Amino acid sequence: MKKVNDIFGKELKVLNIGLEQFYEDLKSQDIKAIQMDWRPPAGGDSEAADLLAALLG
Amino acid sequence: MDRKLANEEALKRLQDSEVYLVGAGKAIDVVPGMKKNLILHAGPPVTWEKMCGPMQGAVIGALIYEGMAKDEESARKLAASGEIEFEPNHHHQSVCPMAGVMSASMPVFIMENKKYGNFSYTNMNEGLGKCLRFGAFGDSVIERLHWMEDEMYPVLKEAIELSGGIDWKALVIQALQMGDDCHNRNRAATAMFAKIIGQYLSKVNADKEKISKVFEFINGNEHFTINITMAMCKAITDAAHNIPGSTIVTAMARNGVEFGIRVSGLGDEWFTAPANTPKGLFFPGFTQEDANPDIGDSTITETTGIGGFAMAGAPAIVAFVGGTYKDAVNFTLEMYEITGAENKNFKIPTLDFRGTPTGIDVVKVLETGLVPRINTGMAHKEPGVGQVGAGLVTAPMECFKKAARYMVEKGLNK
Repeated sequence: MKKVNDIFGKELKVLNIGLEQFYEDLKSQDIKAIQMDWRPPAGGDSEAADLLAALLG
Repeated sequence: MDRKLANEEALKRLQDSEVYLVGAGKAIDVVPGMKKNLILHAGPPVTWEKMCGPMQGAVIGALIYEGMAKDEESARKLAASGEIEFEPNHHHQSVCPMAGVMSASMPVFIMENKKYGNFSYTNMNEGLGKCLRFGAFGDSVIERLHWMEDEMYPVLKEAIELSGGIDWKALVIQALQMGDDCHNRNRAATAMFAKIIGQYLSKVNADKEKISKVFEFINGNEHFTINITMAMCKAITDAAHNIPGSTIVTAMARNGVEFGIRVSGLGDEWFTAPANTPKGLFFPGFTQEDANPDIGDSTITETTGIGGFAMAGAPAIVAFVGGTYKDAVNFTLEMYEITGAENKNFKIPTLDFRGTPTGIDVVKVLETGLVPRINTGMAHKEPGVGQVGAGLVTAPMECFKKAARYMVEKGLNK
């Protein structure tokens, strides 16, 4: 068995990045979880991301 | 200069400025570059033909007030003739709310930034409803403007001079502790101003009835101080302007058609985009359909870290601009993500006296995809009507993208 599977034998503590529904589902099952306040860089706006890259060099 | 160092300097100036109300004068005598055939207006540059309804209404009213036109028709003809020049208040060290129209004879307040030695100017607030700044130009509007020039101005000018200057930053610091955001809620600031100026009004050498009427006017208009606070912000942001390499925003202003920003390291260039239309609460008889797009120089307050950025400290404001108190808190919290500093002077009691989010950074706006949130008065889209309500609006992202593009193209980011 791969070592990564050890994790399922321990208490889960989850940091959720992205869709908040995953966090809500874990909380409803009494699993320790926190939701990270995260947005894609430049709010997901590729034009803004390109401008930033050029601006910050 | 390195962007980080340049921004630190801009943020320092935004916070270290000490601004006083030092006097009053006629625009023609004190506002730099003012002349008889010049009308100043809010926001970035706009021609008569492209002006929105309320701004055209305010220009019509100003031309009638100046005695240059006798009615709407002749004022429209004169405005379109090419004899009248139109320029932004911002090009003349000035800011004025809503349509922001300032003409030569209007009395103005004079602010001095004692730390950095620059001055700024603003006209005097007329009250709510049918006012020139909302595009109204009926007889009552013109009569009140003449009363303000002939009777209120001389009395106020003498009272301010007797005071030796009023520390306006100190007044705003206190007002923020008393439930004002100092953009759309100015009750505390106006009450404090009335208290301070009252003691000097009583010493003015003028007829008692006239003095009493001036005090009643100030006391009866809870927004009387917004213009003065805006001019304080202009004196602060001008001190932070023109720092090479800085990406801190030093002006946000709207002409009712376009929203424009200026950036400290990008000189006097405006970066504009179509203005959004505020959503909020309406006076009886008006609806969202009546609202003009975002207008006025008053976003200089948000640029300085107060107004919409300090809404968490002004719970009662939601009764005027709409939304819930939780929204107000969230607005302020969000603005920390796009600003460079927590203000060391302007504090929010409801956030454990955290400093207000200050100094909008173009880089942070682009990084987060978040834009400045603003609370504002709303003018009717047709000229001659006046104010229809107050609400909330955001700055267009395109302004910030244009500023970044300009900085890259001109090599000003090196």
